[in-house]
Parts: sequence; structure tokens; C-alpha cells
Amino acid sequence: MASKVIPAKTPAETALVRAFEQWRDLLPGDRDVARRREDAFHAFDSAGLPHRRVEAWHYTDLRNLMREAFPLAKAPSAAALQTLEQALANSATALRIVLVDGFFAQELSSALPGGVKVQPLASALSTGRQDILELFAQQGGADPILALNGALMQDGAIIEVAPGAVIEEPLHLVHAFTSPSDAACFTRSTLILGEGARARLAESCEYPSSAATQANACLVVSLADGAWLAHTGAIRANTANSMRFDTLTARLGAGTKFESFVFIDGQGLVRRQLLLCCEGENAEVNLSGVSLLGGQQHADTTLFLEHAAAASTSRVSFRTILDDASTGVFQGRIAVAPEAQKTDAKMLSRAILLSDAAAMNNKPELEIFADDVACGHGATCGGLNAEQLFYLRTRGLKRPEAEALLLEAFASELIDDIGNETIIAEFRRRVRAWLAGRTAASSNHSLERA
Amino acid sequence: MLEVKHLNVSVSGRRILHDLSLSVRLGEVAALMGPNGSGKSTLSQVIAGRSDYTVDSGDILLEGESILGLEPDQRAAKGIFLAFQYPVEIPGVATLTFLKAALNAQRKTRGEKELATADFVKRVRAAASGLKISQEMLKRSLNVGFSGGEKKRMDILQMALIEPSLAILDETDSGLDIDALRVVADGVNASRSPDRAILIITHYQRLLDYIIPDTVHVMSEGTIVASGSKELAVELEKSGYAAYAPPPAAA
Repeated sequence: MASKVIPAKTPAETALVRAFEQWRDLLPGDRDVARRREDAFHAFDSAGLPHRRVEAWHYTDLRNLMREAFPLAKAPSAAALQTLEQALANSATALRIVLVDGFFAQELSSALPGGVKVQPLASALSTGRQDILELFAQQGGADPILALNGALMQDGAIIEVAPGAVIEEPLHLVHAFTSPSDAACFTRSTLILGEGARARLAESCEYPSSAATQANACLVVSLADGAWLAHTGAIRANTANSMRFDTLTARLGAGTKFESFVFIDGQGLVRRQLLLCCEGENAEVNLSGVSLLGGQQHADTTLFLEHAAAASTSRVSFRTILDDASTGVFQGRIAVAPEAQKTDAKMLSRAILLSDAAAMNNKPELEIFADDVACGHGATCGGLNAEQLFYLRTRGLKRPEAEALLLEAFASELIDDIGNETIIAEFRRRVRAWLAGRTAASSNHSLERA
Repeated sequence: MLEVKHLNVSVSGRRILHDLSLSVRLGEVAALMGPNGSGKSTLSQVIAGRSDYTVDSGDILLEGESILGLEPDQRAAKGIFLAFQYPVEIPGVATLTFLKAALNAQRKTRGEKELATADFVKRVRAAASGLKISQEMLKRSLNVGFSGGEKKRMDILQMALIEPSLAILDETDSGLDIDALRVVADGVNASRSPDRAILIITHYQRLLDYIIPDTVHVMSEGTIVASGSKELAVELEKSGYAAYAPPPAAA
């Protein structure tokens, strides 16, 4: 009998086992929830941290990259919450739902308009809301990081929009981190839109603390028939040794419209996962994102989109700019089921490399089992266009200015499609700030050379 | 104004310009004619500072100073403007944003103050209306989806705004119908000035019916083979370029 080789646990894996043993009885939920946590942890633990031989994680080898697992964050202090409240008061958005160090912060969240209900995940788990547990079970999947989230989820926000409700102002889900020491947090939120409901959700990360973080956040989306959701996320890790895992799962009913745009900058490691299924006919999906990477940063966008019913349309477009020794990953798999005739799917990933030490891994895939579909995918990877640069420079723009203009245009083309002026302005500001940082760094280099 | 002295230029080891000398005075409109592949565009790109070409020997002087060591943007700030044979499309950069960035970049290099927005918009409107460029075009991405004629007019608009001391127009007439040619020629004629030298590169005499040059130079196989007054262009149209091939020894 062949013996199965079980690799030794890494220090991070050992620390996660200990964390689960320490926290399993303290995390929210009744016995049913505890059993589900147990199963989820077992699913994670039997596979261990994903590594390069796991196809979906080939380019983000966590077994190698995650050297240690930080302890779970404690509930935030009153002083930290107060500081955060002041910081948030300056931001423009009014309808805030705030998670701090993995906990739902009622006192920082705003009153919400009619048609929207929010409940902390912890209370939903304790009161045994079966509908939520079923939703989680439906959208579970086999991903180890999602399983780990299911085992250790501390809290989150359950957001429900009533059928037919139209929420004009964006709901803002804030992920804040105030822990004074390096810590991990696991949150799981849901967004459930009733039939014909319309809403916009903007997610962002706030790091008033300079401690390193390991955040594992999951958003479970469910759109009933005819619902419309525009989602945006500004996702970042805050230090070179920080990591952020961000998983969005969604099930889309008939005639739904789902958009998601994600902006990634910052430092450290980000893995963004999108696991979507068009279950009803005539769904429309628009997924896009811009990643601006520098230093030793590593950002991975991996998506799996399943067309399970007929006549759905998907548009997938991601752009990455890579400087220094950064690494980018785009993996996109679109699967078209035999019954999903008339599917119209297009996927494109484009990357601009600004440094010889930067690397981009592009892997778009189509898996088509229906015979009457229009599907296409593409990926490009290259430097800035020399013709365009020369043209701009003959008009008087210095090299860094010309580069910045072209890069801003490259990023902004997707940002400008978001459809909300305030959010567009905020992302454009972030692009310019990133470019200004880059230009300042390059003029320092040339001063050093001179 | 512009003096090109015994210029030898190659690209990936292949010599393209041979011992080329040319001078253009301030206030002069010079035409540079020659068949396809004679090196006209190469010369214009080398003057503008394209780095893919290697200057093996010789010099390019602007107002007596060598510009060979200058970057393209430094040459622009010194007054050199190149209207491209194929103006480049830049998706995502609104034409107005680009124009403002270009004008202010040059002003900054020369140590001048940035233009106020109102002043800038006024200048653009005035120059655009003469070239039949609509406000809608100015809002679109630079040259994206523009017709050939629109692209050329956009380059001439830039020239009018930037007010260079040396304007090089590379095949500005190519791809233009007769009406568009007239609009572009009017734009160029309007910018004739005692403070400006203009070098027009073309292989047809047609453009020179609308922009009358002071001098005409004929280029063949990477060097100037004949120079004369505007009558030379008329003569060329009749005889063709064959008579001006350089002697075999020079090739």
C-alpha cells in the first residue's frame, strides 16, 4: 500500500491550529455553528496553507510567503474607537458600516435609510439564523483561505436590502485596524438584495495603527431576481509584512446586474478572490480592477465566474501597473455550462511593467460546454508605449511627467466607468497620489546619480 | 536658426543619413523634398531628439548651440516643435488636459509662470476655431478616433499654442483631402513669422501650392542633393526625383 506523504506543518500552520484550539469555544455561534467551524477548519487543516502545486494558488505560494500567523486581534479599546471616529468623520460617505479589528462597531456605524437592515454577524450566529448559515453553506467552495475564514470568523455585517428598495447613496463598509500589536482578524459579511432592489456598496480599508496585519475578509453576496448591485473596493495591506485576503462570493439571480471594481495599492501581500455564479438567465456581470504595485508588493486577483444559465453577459477587465520588484497575478476562469447558451463573455487583463525586476503572471481561461456562445479572452504585458512617450516629450513633458500622464490614463479608463462621481474622484486621487510618490522617488534617484 | 552640420546617423548599425548639412534661417520657410525612404522623417525625428537613432558624427545647432545632448523635452522648451507624420493616439488623455500639460511643462522649463485656466481656455478656443476644431473634439481622448485630417489639424493647433521658434512639419499633407489641406495650410501660413523658422517635409509639390516656401532642398538616400528657390519644387514635379539621385560613389 502506497503511503501518503504528509509534509511537516509550517510554523504558520502550527500557529493556526493553536489559534483554532484556543478560540473555538470563544467565537460566536451555537453548537451547530461550532460544528460548521470544526468542519471548515478540518477542510483547511487537511490541505494546509495553499502552495504552488495547488493550481489556484500557483503564483501566490502561501506556504512559502506566510512565515508566521499573527494572534487574533482583541476587541478595540475605547480610545482607539474614538480616534477612529474622528478620522471617519472627515471622510465624505455618510452611510457607514464599520468593522474594527474584526468586530462590528455599532457606535461608529451610521443610521441607515429605510429598506436597509444591518445586523452584526456575531449576533446572527448566536441566534442561529438558519438562512445565513445556509447562504454560507451554498457559497462555501473548496478554497482553503475561505475555509479558514469560515472556521475563525469573529464578526461582520449582515446587510439586507428589502425587495424593491432603491438605496441611492452608497453604503460604505469600512474595514479598520487599530490593534497596537501585530494581529490577525477574520470577518465575514453578507449583502443580500431582495427582488428588484438596487444598491451600491463601497468597501475600504483604514489602518490608523502601524502594526502589521493579517486580515481575512469575506463578503457573501446574494442577488434575488432583478436586483442591481454596484460594488467597489479599495483594498490594501498596510505594511511590507502584512497580508490581506479578500474573498467575494456571489450568486446572481435572473435579470440581475452586478458590477465590482477593485482598486489595490499599499504594501505587502493582497489576494483578492472572486467566486461568482450566474444562476439565473440574463444576468449582467461587470468585473474590473486597477492594481498599482511597487516595492516588494505582491497582489493577486483570482476569479472564477460560472455561467450556469442562458443569455448572461460578463465583462472582465483588469489593469495592473508594476514598478520596482513587485509581482502581479491575474487568474481568470470563465466556465460556461452546457445549458448556458447565448452566453456573451469577454475577459482582458493588461499590465504595464515599469521595472525589469517586476513580474506579472496573467492566466485567463475559458471553459466552454455550450455551443452557441460568444466568448473571448486576452492578456497583455509590456512597457509604456515608446511612440506615445516620445510624442509627449516632443511637446515638452519631461519623462516622469509623460509617464505619469500615460499611466494615469491607463488606470483611469476603468475608473471612469464606475458611475458614481464621488467614488471616481476618490480613486483618481489615489492614482495621482501613487504616481506622485513614484515621480518623487525617481527624481530623488536622478539627483543621487547627478 | 537651425544648422545641421555633416550629420551621419544610423539605426541598429545601418547608416541612414550621410554627411547631411542643412541650414534654415529665422523667418524662413524651407521645404525638404525627396522620395519615400530618403531619410526625411529620420532627419526630423533626430532633430526632435528621438533616442533610437545614433548620431555617429556631425552636429545639430539651434541658435549656434548644439542640441545633441538635450532630451526631447529640453529641445521642445528651446523652441523645437515637430508635427508628426502620424500623430500618436493617446487613449484616456483628454485633449484639453494634454494641451494644458504641454504648455505648462514648457513654461516651467523656461522658468515662466503656469497659465491661468481662463487664459488657457481662451487661447485654445481662439486657435481651435481657425482650424475648425470643435469643442467636442477637445474633450475627446487625444487623437483617438480622429480622422487623418483631424489629427493633422490637432498637431497644427498645438503648434499655434506652443509658438515654437522652429517648426518641423513632417508630411503634414499626407492623407489630407483638398479641403483639409487648405485648412492646414492656412494654419501654417498664419504662423509664419520673422521669429520662426519652418521646415516643411513633403514628397509632393501640392502642399507648396498653398504654403509658398522661401527655399527648397532635395534629399535623396540620406543626404541633400540639391538646394534652390521655390522654382526647384516646380521643376521636381515635372522631372521627378530620378535626376537627383546622388552619384554612385556617395551611396
